[in-house]
Amino acid sequence: MQKIINNPQTVVDEMIEGVVKAMPETLSPTKNKRVLKYKNAPQKGRVGIVTGGGSGHKPAFVGYVGKNMVDAVAMGELFSSPPAKMFYDAFVAADGGAGVACLYGNYAGDNMNVKMAIEMAEDDDIVVKTVVANDDVPSAPKDKRETRRGVAGEILMWKVGGAKAAMGADLDGVIAAAQKAIDNTRSMGVGLAPCTIPEVGHPNFTIEPGTMEVGIGHHGEPGIAVKPLATAKEMAKEMVDVIVPDLPFVNGDEVVVLVSGLGSTPLLEQYIFFNNVEEELSARGIKIYKSYVGNYFTSLEMNGITLSLMKLDDELKECIDMECGCMGLTQLPK
Amino acid sequence: MASFKNEDGAKIVYDMIKAIQDNKQYLSDIDGLIGDGDHGINMNKGFTMCKEALDAEPGNLSMSLKTLSNVLMEDIGGSMGPLYGCIFRAMFRASKGKEDIDKDVFKEMITKSEEAIRNIGGAEVGDKTLLDTIAPAAAAYCAAVDAGDDFAAALTKMKAAAEAGRDSTKDLVAKKGRASRLGERSRGVLDAGATSCCLLICTMADSIISLL
Repeated sequence: MQKIINNPQTVVDEMIEGVVKAMPETLSPTKNKRVLKYKNAPQKGRVGIVTGGGSGHKPAFVGYVGKNMVDAVAMGELFSSPPAKMFYDAFVAADGGAGVACLYGNYAGDNMNVKMAIEMAEDDDIVVKTVVANDDVPSAPKDKRETRRGVAGEILMWKVGGAKAAMGADLDGVIAAAQKAIDNTRSMGVGLAPCTIPEVGHPNFTIEPGTMEVGIGHHGEPGIAVKPLATAKEMAKEMVDVIVPDLPFVNGDEVVVLVSGLGSTPLLEQYIFFNNVEEELSARGIKIYKSYVGNYFTSLEMNGITLSLMKLDDELKECIDMECGCMGLTQLPK
Repeated sequence: MASFKNEDGAKIVYDMIKAIQDNKQYLSDIDGLIGDGDHGINMNKGFTMCKEALDAEPGNLSMSLKTLSNVLMEDIGGSMGPLYGCIFRAMFRASKGKEDIDKDVFKEMITKSEEAIRNIGGAEVGDKTLLDTIAPAAAAYCAAVDAGDDFAAALTKMKAAAEAGRDSTKDLVAKKGRASRLGERSRGVLDAGATSCCLLICTMADSIISLL
């Protein structure tokens, strides 16, 4: 195991200490060492945006805490949901009196812990509503969409929800926009090599050289099919062929494209892949309005890539265009 | 004897802690086959934190179960934090205030735990979750008590049912939790939650029998 760590049992806490020291201009600690908040949160009268999840997806989730994005984050162990109390502490940190939008991914642990945290918040009269991201197409058939995982599309959900809150929308308005964002988003991943949780010490599955796992999960969950390693162009075509008909995206649509490496994928390869994605979309008459290419949502040092597409309307465009500032995504005003 | 003192029952929680610590690697290895391989790590973390809390503030069986529940719910997270947190909270509530724990009190404890897990998890028997262990274990225990078995005999039947329940998950396809996304690929492997649940139920039974 080749890792730059001190103690496998304390990687998350040591990481958080480093993040707090590195980003004082954006982040503030809270009473709960596993909850960080935007330094200006809570903002009175503004809907607070909360997310949370297992660690190991840097820059998600803490990297999306900042200006016009997420207000507070709960950080669990590697690939493991934060406990209910942690989500609750994040709600408290983000609540400016206008309610809290908890925007998170569809995983069994997160669902249970958020549910229990909301009950705790009710006792304090903090109103919390949720949007559960389920953008990962290969994780379940379309007629069971509510069981699909949330993956990199969550970033677009936070971007839209955070922008909407910044525009002064009330809680229902923020929730509706974030729900629309995820309903219009579809994602898919391909894995080339697994990752290792330091405390486990070895990869929990293998991908044979010369092969790839199609539909791989964000936690090293094995994918749904193993195929011979394809070219970037073939991968782009296969993924676009799965994602486009699922929504469906049609000729004339304008979309956001989000390509994310899974941890150890060089940016060079990510741009080669993006170039091919653009060709595939262009051939189908789908126009790219905005692109993000980089390590936006990773799985430790997994090698692989995810593609997310979000279909836009005027409201979503306005949210996507808004300036924001955080570790994972800094964007100047248009 | 037909019962044991709540006062002497902290041993049961300590025995469960030791069982989890001893099986940390085994539970992670099982989880790694179709999950992310951290089940033993997270369980060990939670149960070890509970041991520290109990060492600092010893209590009877009920209070030890409450401490275990609190640690799991507040500090562990994942799926297992809320699931086991609910199980042990239900056991705490069903035993609270009872000076002696007899077969009827334990019947309430195991029955309420199963109810709690059904409420929070939303799974059914056959979904390849820890419910596949606890549901038949609770049913076997209750049937034995209703048939007039003594405490130890009913616990022995509960153990056998828990083991059979755990083993039943091997041929099931996961319907809940992370492994459910794998569909058929989840078949042929034990469910990690059902396995840890069996370990805990059997340890609990042996520990109670040693106190009787």
